[in-house]
Amino acid sequence: MSRDHILHKVRTALGRSAGQPAAEPPPVRLCGPQSDLEARIERFLNAVAGLNGKTYRARSCEEVRDYAARLVDGRPAVASCTPVLTACGIHGLPGVRYQFSTRDEFQTACAQAAVGITGADYALADTGTVVLLASHQEPRMISLLPPVHLAVVPKERILSGLDELFTLLPRPSELTSSLVLVTGPSRTADIEQILVRGVHGPGEIHVVVL
Amino acid sequence: MARRVSLFVTCLVDQLFPSVGLAMADVLERLGWKVEFPEAQTCCSQPAFNSGYWDEARQVARHFLRVFRDAEYVVVPSGSCGSMVINHYRELFHKDAEALAETEALAPRVWEFSRFLLEVAQVEDVGARYDGVVTYHDGCHALRELGIKQGPRRLLARVRGLVLKEMDVAEECCGFGGTFSVKFPEISGAMARTKIESILRTGADTVVSTDSSCLMQLRGALLRAKAPVRTLHLAEVLASR
Amino acid sequence: MISIPHERFERVLADPALQQAIYAATGRLMEKRREAVAPEALPDYQELRSQARRIKEHTLENLDYYLEQFEAEVHARGGRVVWCRDGDEVVDFLTKLAREKNARLIVKSKSMTTEEIHLNQQLEQRELEPVETDLGEYILQLAGERPYHIVAPALHKTRYDVADIFSRRLGVEREEIPERQTRIARATLREKFLAADIGLTGANFLVADSGAVVLVENEGNARLTTTAPRIHVAVAGIEKLIPRAQDLAVFLKLLGRSATGQPLTVYTSVLAGPRREGELDGPEEFYVVLLDNGRTRLLADREKRESLFCIRCGACLNHCPVYRKIGGHNYPWVYSGPIGAILTPQYFGAGHEPWLPFASSLCGACGEVCPVKIDIPKMLLLLRREIGRSLAREGKGRWERWAFRVWAWLMTRPKLYEFAGVAASALAPEGSEGWLTGLPPVLRRGPLAAWLSQRDLPLPPGRSFRQLWRVRSRVKRV
Ligand code: SF4
Repeated sequence: MSRDHILHKVRTALGRSAGQPAAEPPPVRLCGPQSDLEARIERFLNAVAGLNGKTYRARSCEEVRDYAARLVDGRPAVASCTPVLTACGIHGLPGVRYQFSTRDEFQTACAQAAVGITGADYALADTGTVVLLASHQEPRMISLLPPVHLAVVPKERILSGLDELFTLLPRPSELTSSLVLVTGPSRTADIEQILVRGVHGPGEIHVVVL
Repeated sequence: MARRVSLFVTCLVDQLFPSVGLAMADVLERLGWKVEFPEAQTCCSQPAFNSGYWDEARQVARHFLRVFRDAEYVVVPSGSCGSMVINHYRELFHKDAEALAETEALAPRVWEFSRFLLEVAQVEDVGARYDGVVTYHDGCHALRELGIKQGPRRLLARVRGLVLKEMDVAEECCGFGGTFSVKFPEISGAMARTKIESILRTGADTVVSTDSSCLMQLRGALLRAKAPVRTLHLAEVLASR
Repeated sequence: MISIPHERFERVLADPALQQAIYAATGRLMEKRREAVAPEALPDYQELRSQARRIKEHTLENLDYYLEQFEAEVHARGGRVVWCRDGDEVVDFLTKLAREKNARLIVKSKSMTTEEIHLNQQLEQRELEPVETDLGEYILQLAGERPYHIVAPALHKTRYDVADIFSRRLGVEREEIPERQTRIARATLREKFLAADIGLTGANFLVADSGAVVLVENEGNARLTTTAPRIHVAVAGIEKLIPRAQDLAVFLKLLGRSATGQPLTVYTSVLAGPRREGELDGPEEFYVVLLDNGRTRLLADREKRESLFCIRCGACLNHCPVYRKIGGHNYPWVYSGPIGAILTPQYFGAGHEPWLPFASSLCGACGEVCPVKIDIPKMLLLLRREIGRSLAREGKGRWERWAFRVWAWLMTRPKLYEFAGVAASALAPEGSEGWLTGLPPVLRRGPLAAWLSQRDLPLPPGRSFRQLWRVRSRVKRV
């Protein structure tokens, strides 16, 4: 069979035998976090803005809700069920849907929504990245199908960068089937290297830090 | 007593650009070095090595090792030939312990000319004068195999009357590439023309480099384009007063 | 003599618009990369490169171990690993899967590995409908062309070309503004995403300790491909393994920066298995196809194994002065530029398109920028040697071999070498100020003529250095 055939060829090429353990891998290279929270928040917001994302620093749940309300503006929107959105009362806003009984219903709602609202499991200050772990509370399509994505990021979730993320989550796949790093709005430069936003994913991203 | 240097002028300079070798000797002598030219020298073996003829390359490389065995310093007016000895002889001889040992013994004494001036002779100002606007072309092997980037510029900066103007693509290959230049003439020629456009944009009247092979390519293409720009080896600029 | 496709090079060189397009696009990517890896932006860039290389080296040296670990992890998360020796086995698997699941429409995100086995054409022949969803790939699929560049596949297409292609193939009105062209693609492809049963991707990395497929992209099409359809199939070469999810920190920092100068691309997905209990979306089935297709042969070659380190960032293409002149389609296989020049002969054997490793000035720009430190120039040199030997076995390239033999003989005999120089100098024709512009018609062949076809040739100046040196020494002594 192909499996055994390929493994056999690999082992022959390497001079290894079946069941032989691997040599000691090079030590993992992760550097520890350096900056304090305020500095991280600031860096994160700047990085998002640098990617053409809209940013807002909310002092309270009400401010988050007001921001979302202004953005949704009564149009159809889909929100995830992540706790921060519940706490901010996002689900009560007019136009916002968050409960679905079937996948098809959910997909249709996302495809028709003007805005998708998610939380963020983490954020990366260095790169302006929103980190989303798919779960029963945080499905994937909300940050993907609507043309506008609003991510509400609890400030203590802002890490410095990839090193800190993978220090905290050494094996993310144990927690989730899908870890997605979102860094700015969807973009392409495939035609004459001209930047166009929103080719398949959201062309607009809003990040509110609470 | 003056210290000795042995010149390895390269076959290209020997046959086609002898003034480069003479200039190099002049500069070194002015700085108080006793300059020798081992007459048995020929080529570093690079043409064969780069073309895949490693057996032939080894013969010529062994000859080189023999000729320069007792040299205190070997100074080369070429980053490319210098790198051949310093870096590639090891690959060439990786299965020949004896030649490998000779390589290891000799390689640390082989110096590209500009680096020799700066690191061994420890001079930046060689007392030269050149009235002109100069642009410097980074030879690929000098730059990427020997890490020579600022050195020649530092030397040029001390030349009286000389104005250095950088190209926008100083690090881009001139397109020479040894046999590449005649196996793929249309690509090689196109590369040279791109480089020349960049040279002309600087408004310089002279292109300077550490390698006569690049300069041969550039000069040939400049002449073909009827562009009134000179080419000079770094040694020639440093020898002029 | 090896035959070299000079006319094809000439055609690209003689097209000023295309030349400009290639040079500008690659130049921009070079510039962006340079800024992104500058010491101010990424102080530990060189250490990251070394670490990336170490990890790749280690993984390949223990590849069977990591493949099995990966397989076990995928199975543990409810996915399935499918091993394929070559493209045919991939096609068989997909055809069977599609039949079983009653699927026809397959959305695809950019994957060089599937290009390598001409998967689209194969699937179409089996009545399936694969649709490329990366904008560049989509344009090329409509145009019926292969990628011009491993990162920017439609680099050679202008907006006017795209306008032609879209109006011809999609029946839309001619539209020349990239922003609107993108909207057209978005609308057309959105329908495909929502209707497709199978999403087919490649993989930038496979993570052994997680059973995860990692996808790196900017458009969101890979996310859609792996989210909307019920089934996700990732097709990846066996060399894509890395041991640990934590190693991603190193590779992700290098990949985006080397490719486009982005510290991170817009989307990075780490996908492991189908959707889990309670999840509302995500695929119900998850397959990873592990493809050999010649990779084990490369693996066996210790000296050149490092070609398999490649993470397909495209930096070596952008920095290659030869690629920048002849473009992507002059390379015989889907992998173009320096990495193509070393992979192609390694996959197909030294006798296949033997000119390829020689089409380089050995400037070293590729090796300098490669994020996993593949010594591409050294690979080219080794391949040149190998090709020389294989030609010799076939009794080809005799003239050149003789020339080098004579040359070596001469170069180890200084007196004869000097004499040859004197003779050449005596025989040299007249030039102007030491340079020659052309040759008489009878001599218009061989290397000298090739040189003169592009530039003037220096003539021997009458006396060689060694002759002048003797004179100089005599004068000095007096
Ligand atoms: S060989 Fe290196 S530079 Fe070229 S595409 Fe692969 S990883 Fe990038």
